[in-house]
Amino acid sequence: MKKSVILGTLTVAALSAGTAGAQTLSDVQERGTLNCGVNTGLVGFAAPDANGNWEGFDVAVCRAVAAAVLEDPQAVEFVSLTGKTRFTALASGEVDILSRNTTWTFTRDVDLKFEFAGINYYDGQGFIVPKELGVSSAKELSGATVCVQTGTTTELNLSDYFRKNNMDYEPVPIETNSEAQQQYLAGACDAYTTDASGLAATRAAFEAPGDHVILPEIISKEPLGPLVRHGDDEWEDVVRWTINALIAAEEYGITSANIDELKQGTDSPEINRILGSADNLGEMLGLDADWAYRAIKANGNYGEIFAKNIGESTPIGLSRGLNAQWTDGGLMYAPPFR
Amino acid sequence: MSDMHEHSVAYVRDTMIDQQPAPETQGGVVNWMRANLFSSLSNGILTILAVYVLWKVLSGVAPWLLNGIWTAPSLSACREILQGATGGCFSVLTERWNQLLFGFQYPSDLYWRPTLAFVLLFVAIAPVLFYKVFPARMLIFTAIYPFLAYWLIWGGSLLVPVTAAAGLVAGYLVYSRLVTMSFAAGFFGGIAAASLVWYLAGLVPFGGVLALEPVDSRNMGGFMLNLILGTVCVSLSIPFGIALALGRQSSMPIIKWICVIFIEFIRGVPLITLLFVASVVLAYFLPPGTTFDLILRVIIMITMFASAYIAEVIRGGLAALPKGQYEAADSLGLDYPQAMRLIILPQALKISIPGIVNVAVGLFKDTTLVSVISMFDLIGMIRGPILASTEWNGVYWELLGFAALLFFVTCYGISQYSQWLERQLNTDRR
Repeated sequence: MKKSVILGTLTVAALSAGTAGAQTLSDVQERGTLNCGVNTGLVGFAAPDANGNWEGFDVAVCRAVAAAVLEDPQAVEFVSLTGKTRFTALASGEVDILSRNTTWTFTRDVDLKFEFAGINYYDGQGFIVPKELGVSSAKELSGATVCVQTGTTTELNLSDYFRKNNMDYEPVPIETNSEAQQQYLAGACDAYTTDASGLAATRAAFEAPGDHVILPEIISKEPLGPLVRHGDDEWEDVVRWTINALIAAEEYGITSANIDELKQGTDSPEINRILGSADNLGEMLGLDADWAYRAIKANGNYGEIFAKNIGESTPIGLSRGLNAQWTDGGLMYAPPFR
Repeated sequence: MSDMHEHSVAYVRDTMIDQQPAPETQGGVVNWMRANLFSSLSNGILTILAVYVLWKVLSGVAPWLLNGIWTAPSLSACREILQGATGGCFSVLTERWNQLLFGFQYPSDLYWRPTLAFVLLFVAIAPVLFYKVFPARMLIFTAIYPFLAYWLIWGGSLLVPVTAAAGLVAGYLVYSRLVTMSFAAGFFGGIAAASLVWYLAGLVPFGGVLALEPVDSRNMGGFMLNLILGTVCVSLSIPFGIALALGRQSSMPIIKWICVIFIEFIRGVPLITLLFVASVVLAYFLPPGTTFDLILRVIIMITMFASAYIAEVIRGGLAALPKGQYEAADSLGLDYPQAMRLIILPQALKISIPGIVNVAVGLFKDTTLVSVISMFDLIGMIRGPILASTEWNGVYWELLGFAALLFFVTCYGISQYSQWLERQLNTDRR
């Protein structure tokens, strides 16, 4: 049996070696499922529930794309990836999209040959300290012991920040976020630093969240977004505009509640174009006119996804901050659908 | 003499006295304590210290266990119920037990299949482990079991495992026919016959003949995955280990050096590196879009790793045999395979049992390392999906304690069995 598996692998190898590349869209449609790379588990962003259904902020992106491309938000095969295996999985074609809280950086975009299809969450590195420490700003942390995950950009940002402000600190290297929670609670360090969204989730899990404060300083830029392989522009367009449709839907007030009503036609030409009742934008993407309608219908618009998974009503309780619409002073700004 | 004695003594007791309690100074709880716990000043201090530590541990753990919450829907609900009192939040176990045991992607209506396979595992290994108790005919089921278990756990057409078994049977028949000529002819003839059967079967489309609903490898998880990896890799690595150990002692230079290099290389590389090779590096060599079953890759890597260690353990057993045993085999006119099969290996393996069990227990625990290559074994499930759910983020002791309990039960069972087996086999060599 093993032999035939290997022989089969080699044959498929020979057949597909030349063809993999610029046709992810048709591959996905042929296969009938979208392979989506997600985190092995990050509170609020990607985690399976008790029935094994994935849910979360990053997961919603996969569902929206699946809804747009395959007309079924459930037609997603989730591949959970660690920080170490994520890029290989995308490069080798194991997944079609990587939606795994990945920071958009120059090297990942240019050197690793990926394309970021937009930004769905603007994160940044922050600090959490116990209230009794009496610190209200990161600038007062001079001489503190700081828990930090090793081998991450977080570690580098931390040393940059302290050097820039002429402060010294003692790092306590930590392997995982859960270990960090334990160390921090046990008092092994005065402060714990990681992405602000992670800090909020961490604090939400504490027995007495009120005893800890997240300092206002954000010391790095961590724009997170889904990414696809370099060189497949059609597929990149599909993902990019699906996200833009979610963001634009919030801006124009399209929600999962009123979308069916709005789809009948409205006075707003922009809404009509998004929902496909005027101009067939979907066709230009290689999809049908209802693509954005289905994408928005799957989980609601960007604001609804945010509120449901990580917003202020959830235990994680993140405020919109930078992730508010541009009209509300945030950075979420979808280009026009025209 | 006795006659004289009879008369010289006034009274002779002719009934036994009932057993009497020990004298006050020798029996009783107080004396036992004095003898065992407070026999000297330093022992007395140590006893008091030990009792104090025991009390500390118990007073911490007991309320946590007894006061535990088993029905809350989330960690925050647990804390609300407890209102600051000490108590474990075991609700995570009652809500997610199925994910801990089977992974979160195995279809829940099919749980009976791996469970049945698990129960049958005991039926299958019983005649191997307790060969004196169970009839030898049960070994037939043991031979069928791997294929049956594959069919139950992975599903798909029954013809797939049947064909795999048919290939092996064909190989064995050819082997037993040709082995009378020479061992090598039998060995290679058997391989050729098995390959031929598999190749021919590969041409026939199986479709859905007697098919169970198939489950992908990537949907395996939880403790089931640890058990699959542990059982398969241990049982595969013993024959490979024997072959490697014999190969290392061989007088044929090429075989000897291949075995030496293999063993030394594998032993010089951490298991986690091999696992990363299996999951990440192989993906670079394979063309885009092809996925060569991850569990199969991992099984191959762990088996290679374990065989190298078991080979060294068995080599120790071989080296411990007196030279006379080898010479005795030669003097009987046995050829190499016969000598090994009939004289050397039965003795060498008996000596190696503790070492083999040691490797097996270590290997079984090492299967949790697969969680770093994003496979959701028991530890992977805990570290990933369960701790990352909004309901259970922050529950550590309950989950990891449960994992420790499962592993302890299994490993302690293996170790107890091996001690029993040693006593059984300990007919000489004290």
